[in-house]
Amino acid sequence: MNIYGVISQALEIVVALALAPLLTGWVNQWRAWLQNKSAPSLWQPYRVLHKLFNKDSVVADHASPLFRAVPYIVFGCMALASSIVPTLSTDLPLAPAADAIALVGLFALARVFISLAAMDIGTSFGSLGARREMLIGFLAEPALLMVLFSASLISKSTSLTTMVEALAHQELAIYPALAFAGVAFTMVSLAENARVPVDNPATHLELTMIHEALILEYSGRHLALIEWAASLKLFAYSCIGLALFFPWGVAEADAPLALLLALPVLVGKLAIGGFLLAVLETLAAKMRIFRVPEFLAGAFLLAVIGMLVHILLAT
Amino acid sequence: MSELLAQFVNLLGALLLMLAFAMISQRRILTLINLFTLQGLVLVVSTAVVGYVTGQPHLYLSAGLTFVLKVVLIPVLLHRIIDRLEIRWDVETLINIPTTMLIGIGVVIFAFNLATPIAMLSTSLARGTLGIALACVLLSFLMMITRAKAVPQVIGFLAMENGLFFAATSATYGMPMVVELGIALDVLIGVLILGVFMFQIREQFDSLDIRHLEKLKDQ
Repeated sequence: MNIYGVISQALEIVVALALAPLLTGWVNQWRAWLQNKSAPSLWQPYRVLHKLFNKDSVVADHASPLFRAVPYIVFGCMALASSIVPTLSTDLPLAPAADAIALVGLFALARVFISLAAMDIGTSFGSLGARREMLIGFLAEPALLMVLFSASLISKSTSLTTMVEALAHQELAIYPALAFAGVAFTMVSLAENARVPVDNPATHLELTMIHEALILEYSGRHLALIEWAASLKLFAYSCIGLALFFPWGVAEADAPLALLLALPVLVGKLAIGGFLLAVLETLAAKMRIFRVPEFLAGAFLLAVIGMLVHILLAT
Repeated sequence: MSELLAQFVNLLGALLLMLAFAMISQRRILTLINLFTLQGLVLVVSTAVVGYVTGQPHLYLSAGLTFVLKVVLIPVLLHRIIDRLEIRWDVETLINIPTTMLIGIGVVIFAFNLATPIAMLSTSLARGTLGIALACVLLSFLMMITRAKAVPQVIGFLAMENGLFFAATSATYGMPMVVELGIALDVLIGVLILGVFMFQIREQFDSLDIRHLEKLKDQ
């Protein structure tokens, strides 16, 4: 471990924490524009966070300590996840702590805790949201794993940093497996981040909400942490997508100058990705909850076929 | 360069397979026809690329033929049929869609396994795509089996022909021109005849459900 590694790791965490709300704001702004509404400011998520951090947190009488601890656990999971994904540099001292499989586990940990907290208070909306969240989670997780496995079959490693290095450095080749994995990954990340075809992040209509139902009981700084964690999750997923499918421009070990260039490249890629997400969300209609298993089964099958195609074409 | 183009053909094959899966999971007839058109377009591009790489000009001709037939003529005919039958939305499946997709993945594994030893014998440009083409054929076959209505069955039949065509171009650089013209004509006539059939079926039973045809049996 050298000094550049530490610097790039620290820089990456700071960038993730600072940029995540901006990405959410960017997507919301484009969504509003595409739907012919007047858009909220790009800085709106920061204002919301600021407002929530300054408010008192109200906790229900019979809430257990778990309820208070969960926002910190969820935020910690998401912050760790976005520091493992190579966004700026592949020289990350924290990266050996978790490979792609552990990363999926990290997301699962956050999901389990937030569902427990939603059921903790005992309101009906909380447990409804928790059940739906677990339904989506258990279908989305294998699909996400299969996507990561497709990429690791090509790069012959499950460590995300090695995957990015291998994918960015090989000679130009077209991998049909990655096309399948890309489509599957888009479907999974829409479901996991509570975006439109599966859940509407802007809704408070009781019967259709999933993510909002989970966090209904939180207020003040707890809510701020969870909102921030949701932004971080979107950021982490976008960065996994960029790392697997557009790995160019990420700095490597012993290249401090490339680190300077990596930040504008990352911002550019995220801006395009966020715009495409807004377009996708505008074009799609929210589907019935009973159609979600079909949607995610489709994602899983695409990812599996991607792996099969890779094995077929490699022989 | 030729290596990259071969990989491009592989990618197009993968796209074809993806579209076959999209067709299996699709409930709406209108989208089904659009997916079929897209599949035809992918086929045109892949035929043209194989023609360019191997320097066989007759493949350009067959790409042109495919374009006229499968991207323009047949989709227009199908659109006209569903407009006149007024069936734009409903597709009824005999098995629910997630199960169909699970069967589909079994079919894909079967096709890949079957094609691997055959592909070993071949020396052609994109021999790996034989498995993909076979999987496309079987998936379209599956679609014909699981759909109860006549129009999706016809589309499944046409998609099956797409898969066969892809197998022919990628594995053996295309069929002889006479055979190709014959098949093209057959498919066109087939669509016309099936279109007439669909009107007859509906006139007879007030529905396009194929299961009604069982009533025609002698008691």
